Amino acid sequence: MRLSLTAEARREGVAAKGWVRAHKWWILRRLTQLTALGVFMAGPLAGIWLVRGNFASSEILGFLPLSDPFIAVQSLAAGAVLARVALLGALLITLFYIVVGGRAYCGWICPVNIVTDTAYWLREKLGITRDRKLDRRTRLWVLGGALLASLLSGTVAWEFVNPVSLLQRGLIFGLGAGWTIIAAVFLLDLLITRRGWCGHLCPVGAFYGIMGKASVVRVAASRREACTNCGACFQICTEPHVITPALKGRGTMSILNQDCLNCGSCIDACPVDVFEISVRRNIR
Amino acid sequence: MAKPKPPSRRDLLTSGAKAAGVACLAGLSLTAYVESARRAEATALRPPGALPEDDFQGACVRCGLCVRACPFDTLRLAELGEEAPLGTPFFVARETPCFMCADVPCAKACPTGALDRDIPSIRQADMGVAVLVGHESCLNYKGITCSICHRVCPIRDEAITLEPQAIRGRRMVIPTVHSDKCTGCGTCEKHCVLGHAAIRVLPRELGLGGRGRNPAGRAV
Ligand code: SF4
Ligand code: SF4
Ligand code: SF4
Ligand code: SF4
Repeated sequence: MRLSLTAEARREGVAAKGWVRAHKWWILRRLTQLTALGVFMAGPLAGIWLVRGNFASSEILGFLPLSDPFIAVQSLAAGAVLARVALLGALLITLFYIVVGGRAYCGWICPVNIVTDTAYWLREKLGITRDRKLDRRTRLWVLGGALLASLLSGTVAWEFVNPVSLLQRGLIFGLGAGWTIIAAVFLLDLLITRRGWCGHLCPVGAFYGIMGKASVVRVAASRREACTNCGACFQICTEPHVITPALKGRGTMSILNQDCLNCGSCIDACPVDVFEISVRRNIR
Repeated sequence: MAKPKPPSRRDLLTSGAKAAGVACLAGLSLTAYVESARRAEATALRPPGALPEDDFQGACVRCGLCVRACPFDTLRLAELGEEAPLGTPFFVARETPCFMCADVPCAKACPTGALDRDIPSIRQADMGVAVLVGHESCLNYKGITCSICHRVCPIRDEAITLEPQAIRGRRMVIPTVHSDKCTGCGTCEKHCVLGHAAIRVLPRELGLGGRGRNPAGRAV
């Protein structure tokens, strides 16, 4: 067998459409994720201060405030009276994701997504099949637990452990021993459960999913009659259960499940171009 | 494909109860962890204008805008295992003290109100209080008039004075901190000539005595 770096799930796509078209959304996503980090890191590294702060709260071009709504909600649960700047920032971010899809945060911004995608890629390359069953709703329980803990302790409780904050803040301000937690997430996804972190446990993803429940931008299986049942989309997707109703059902072709990351990996992987990015259609 | 049976009311109730149980368990373990983590932080100095520690930990989102606003790189966000809870801003006086900027840019930059954005003057800041912890090593106590801590204090003669005292029959001048004026900027600690500073800034809770605590647990 020839050694190839191409993800197993993209083989059909690459064979049918060529490397670039089978990686289009992947390239765009990685560019977006790295740019998001890059503009924050350009300050401390190169003295280019387009933005200050980090993903938790920031000031863009010296005037536009943005704040993470999940951290803001933890703050509110803790009983804090947030200043207007942070509330406005959280509102702007919320509106944005209501349009582009809640978990577009996961697919397009969150740096942990790069870590877990890499773990999944390696998992397939190494042929690791061990998959400890976890309920996909576990993340909702973790989310509930995080808010309960914020309420009880009067702190932004999830931020004491949150790997997402840890990694983005670590890259922008210094990571210290924080890499150990990131390594743990990587190993969980590599060795224990397929898509364990982002697909089952992370309450940040769960929160953004809920927030974008009714979002406008959705992936759709618009040409589902062309499906050859190759399974590439199910294989590449972080949340394969979201594909079935749109691809195999008789209702709407839009993927309506809030768990979908709007990552476009299914579009990349599909050899016959079944999927496309489109706007929500609740009925066929 | 056989259609899965729709879940009965009873199933829904059981799984709902299970979920609530797991959420409570997750919440309680996280609370326990948070409580233990924040007990360890009592020594970290917060930026000027910070809310009382308990409120601060609920309001600060760990964005580092205060860190970026400081022209002297005094502040930093705690990495895993440092003395402040993960990601929160603090400073180490012995490394870089607060230079007491008149316009308090760090507090003004805070988007959440964890730092008082309307702090009227840096003199109102309450980062901690200087305490002469090393009586046995302080040079002034040995009769050598070093007095560096007094000389470097940005609020010299108000926050810290030199008080003549007779100790075991010898006349000495003792650096004496006045907690109502001291902002806890840490300049004294930074410049103490000893290898390990004899004067140190501590959070007020740790550094001051008092009559006792009110029912809310705060020192009065
Ligand atoms: S699920 Fe969590 S870790 Fe994964 S991409 Fe979304 S926010 Fe990031
Ligand atoms: S359905 Fe497609 S766009 Fe949605 S998460 Fe799965 S691969 Fe990504
Ligand atoms: S007052 Fe000035 S020196 Fe002190 S922490 Fe704030 S910005 Fe830095
Ligand atoms: S600017 Fe405010 S919210 Fe941000 S890290 Fe500093 S104190 Fe915390």
